[in-house]
Amino acid sequence: MSGAFLFVASFLASAVEGVEALTIVLAVGVTRGWRSTMFGVAAAGAVLAGVVAALGPALTAIPIRGLRVVVGGLLLVFGLQWLRKAILRASGFKALHDEAAIYRRQAAEADSAGADERAGIDWYSFTVAFKGVLLEGLEVAFIVVTFGSNQRSIPLAAAGAVTAVVLVIVVGVRVRAPLSRVPENTLKFVVGLLLTTFGTFWAAEGAGVSWPGSDAALPVLLALYAGMALVLVRLLRARRLGLSRPRDVAVSETSE
Amino acid sequence: MRYLIAFGLFWYDFVVGDDWSIAVGVVAAIAVAALLVNAGMNAFWLVPLAVAGLLAASLWRVSGSEG
Repeated sequence: MSGAFLFVASFLASAVEGVEALTIVLAVGVTRGWRSTMFGVAAAGAVLAGVVAALGPALTAIPIRGLRVVVGGLLLVFGLQWLRKAILRASGFKALHDEAAIYRRQAAEADSAGADERAGIDWYSFTVAFKGVLLEGLEVAFIVVTFGSNQRSIPLAAAGAVTAVVLVIVVGVRVRAPLSRVPENTLKFVVGLLLTTFGTFWAAEGAGVSWPGSDAALPVLLALYAGMALVLVRLLRARRLGLSRPRDVAVSETSE
Repeated sequence: MRYLIAFGLFWYDFVVGDDWSIAVGVVAAIAVAALLVNAGMNAFWLVPLAVAGLLAASLWRVSGSEG
């Protein structure tokens, strides 16, 4: 896989998660003040940097074949979760991600929460910002570490993630509103396809498979998965219309 | 112990998510691919086929069972 592909995959995944974290931070910061909110963001950032710094070198020390089968398999399972939810959203079985609505809900909750100030810190703001950034950031850290270690280039994967996060912060500071115009649902679909493609490629390679055309198999796999996903969206849409009632299936919100 | 269980559940939900059958199917597909390679067959097609089948089955199940 080229370095550009690694950078783009890491950038897109981080941009999506960055937009979600920004919504939470903005809602709490605007409603309850910035000082404690930013302490929460900084604390979560430090934990995430520690996770990448600790796991990255540890994973790159593992022999490449063992690494690919284990990390590739994990990436494949994780990527299929993203893709599954993206297909459910695109077919109408799950509500689309709406940053403006999430912002309104978070701001209302922050506004109605009672005061909890000790040692000069508003612990509600700190905790919500810390949890929001940590949970969204863990997905980014997972992707950076798995992509980077398989490609033996964690700094490049981290550069893609940092570029996306900086871009989201700069735009967020300028517009001072949730980035609801970012085509988040489409980006999630693309990231799900990328994670599934690379997870498949590395896991099968780790199992000893030789891909025809070597790295050239990657765009072929990506195209096949994209085609399959679009067919599944059409089939599920037809099924939903056949059921003739609106639905929102229960799926976990922990990741993606 | 309670925290250890909560920690494990968090990571299970984080990586595996709602449908454990996808994770089990992926592990099985990788294992079978390794066995076929050891038997002399370059089964590059197996994991993508399994992914397509597992994803379609999971989506069909969830879209038909709730609402």
